[in-house]
Amino acid sequence: MPSSFKVIVVDLSRNLSSLEYFDTRDQWLGGSGLAAGLFRHFGLLREGPFHPDQPLIFAIGPLTGYFPLMSKTVLGFMSPYTSQYAESHAGGRSALALKFAGYDALVIKGRAEKPVCLGLGSQEIHIQDAHFLQGMDIYKTGKQLRNLNPRNPGHRSILRIGPAGENLVGYACINVDTYRHFGRLGGGAAMGGKNLKGIILSGDSHLDLDPDMTKQYNRVYNEIYSTVLQSGAMRKYHDLGTAENLIPLNELKALPWRNMQSTHDPDVQAVSGEKFAQDYLLRQVACAGCPVGCIHIGLLRERFGQEHEFLYRQVSYDYEPIFGMGTMLGIKSVPEVLTLLEDVDRLGLDAISAGGALAWATEALDKWIITREQTLVRLEFGDLQAYRAGLEHIARKSNAFYQALAQGALIAAEKYGGEDFACVLGQEMAGYATGENYFVSQALGFRHSHLDTGAYGYDQQENSRNIQGAIDYMQEQESYRVLMSSMSGCLFGRKAYPWENILRALSSLGYNYDQKSLQETVENIKCLRWALKFETGFQPEEVKIPSRFLETETWKGRLDPDYLRQLRSEYQEVLKKMAASYREEPREE
Amino acid sequence: MKILQASRMERCTGCYSCSLACARIVYKSLSWKRAGIHIRSSGGISTGFEAKVCLGCNPAPCASVCPTEALRQRPGGGVFFKEKRCIHCGECAQACPVGAIYFDPIRKTPVLCLHCGQCVSYCPHECLEMVDASKEGKDAQ
Repeated sequence: MPSSFKVIVVDLSRNLSSLEYFDTRDQWLGGSGLAAGLFRHFGLLREGPFHPDQPLIFAIGPLTGYFPLMSKTVLGFMSPYTSQYAESHAGGRSALALKFAGYDALVIKGRAEKPVCLGLGSQEIHIQDAHFLQGMDIYKTGKQLRNLNPRNPGHRSILRIGPAGENLVGYACINVDTYRHFGRLGGGAAMGGKNLKGIILSGDSHLDLDPDMTKQYNRVYNEIYSTVLQSGAMRKYHDLGTAENLIPLNELKALPWRNMQSTHDPDVQAVSGEKFAQDYLLRQVACAGCPVGCIHIGLLRERFGQEHEFLYRQVSYDYEPIFGMGTMLGIKSVPEVLTLLEDVDRLGLDAISAGGALAWATEALDKWIITREQTLVRLEFGDLQAYRAGLEHIARKSNAFYQALAQGALIAAEKYGGEDFACVLGQEMAGYATGENYFVSQALGFRHSHLDTGAYGYDQQENSRNIQGAIDYMQEQESYRVLMSSMSGCLFGRKAYPWENILRALSSLGYNYDQKSLQETVENIKCLRWALKFETGFQPEEVKIPSRFLETETWKGRLDPDYLRQLRSEYQEVLKKMAASYREEPREE
Repeated sequence: MKILQASRMERCTGCYSCSLACARIVYKSLSWKRAGIHIRSSGGISTGFEAKVCLGCNPAPCASVCPTEALRQRPGGGVFFKEKRCIHCGECAQACPVGAIYFDPIRKTPVLCLHCGQCVSYCPHECLEMVDASKEGKDAQ
């Protein structure tokens, strides 16, 4: 197996690229660890997210392409939302395209003078003029980029930003192959700051399998593949998809509605996964290299003329976007949710943060904290047209109010008032009002994401108000998730990839880790990530948990604010310790 | 002999499991290209997927142009490939009317579907099947 990471470094300022090799496979593994290691090498820890030389790092892992569900790319970057080191993950074809282009990571630094599109293949690098795409939405941009180099239809991945990214909205996303996203923490703005409108990754090369390993590799592959397909462990992701969570969470009184003024609504059936699937599901598609096919595409039929004139749109949906553009805004109709999801995608915004921001603005307007002159439109829960306009105003930063809102609901609240009901925990909350453990986990989490520790699961266990139990759970989950993300695997594959299967998969490719050494490496990557987050400005004491969260009522009754405060104060000490214990190993290049 | 047919591509989710299986098992590679079946979207994922794969011609134009009989007609459709006989001219790839032969620039040999059926079981949605082409032809008549 290759011992060193092969990294292509593209400098947009100098219009030059270089190949660099890092002999750090044992320390960084790949994916999340590789991105963090490369950020430590290339990142400017004391500079802001828009410094021209701040790198954007796309990294894949040692199992990418070799095994099913190893289909994610990890983006490591300085977040325009938090101004701290951040990570975001996306699938689509990006991971396999980068693998077959022949690189373990792509590092982009510098800033182009005018909008450009980077095209990358195994034997070609193009920094192409893209000024004609300026201001263009995600869909049109995608169609235009297909005409640029490298031309390798079917075996390319096309990443791009929309107006929100160009306008440096703090939660602009990077769209990947139309239906997937580097969604959270503002990767789109980081690209916008580089004048980088699109990236085309062309998977045009080959790797020969080691004849001595083929037998073992095929055996492990087939075992994992049949676990994925035949055990049914991942069937739910294909069937209703993540949208199946709407009804259960609503029943638990854990689904935020209308800026989390409520955690339950009797009308949940109107936007349930079942309703989406039965009446609007057009088809499912898959990330390259994953047989699950969890990407659900809804059909939005739209009348555009007096006579029977229709057009149709294909809009991807999932639990979180339905929460962001649906329940959080009091929208109770599938076509209306799909309409907003189409808008949010077209503009290149993160659906969760955009929903949280508009939900806060709606309540602030209702409480006379902000005015109709500031919001430019009468935002009201359930009002589709108002929110369509609101999304445009955010993406275009139409006035001073929307400039603030484009940095996040809490930034706007700090300026205008109404902090107590901003549903922000490090960034706009994900759709889990499950209790204290989740709230602390998102507020202090590495990515401020439900995916950091899955603490919503611990909230649903019995005796979930147990500080040590919660911290142990979060730590164990985080370790596993760091491992999986360092393989660049999809977290939906958790059941197919317990630690021992990852070890077997690695071993079948000639990577010789034992359980102990792999665990130590993962712990060190975990600490490296935290060290980067602290060094780039993270202060857990400063993270606000607005009082709306403390007033939440779930199936367990009212939240226990004392438990939450105590958990928070103990968890932040754990994080500090991890950051402080990162051991930098001697690096060879 | 049976041939591979991509009969139900309307069901394809674009997971590439078939293509990766062919590369892995038949061509001992990790690749999107070095596979006898190529999956691609035609103008973006919103348009669905198509399979570029040998249609099992009989007679096969690729075999007719092969100067060394490295490619030979296979009963029932498609071709056999004998690598030892190949002089790496690439004529076969030019001759295929549906572009289903990828001429590998590294190994300098054609990469094409051998109708072995290895990929079929990896498709999660039964888009692919092995059919007896001669029988199907007779039924149709």
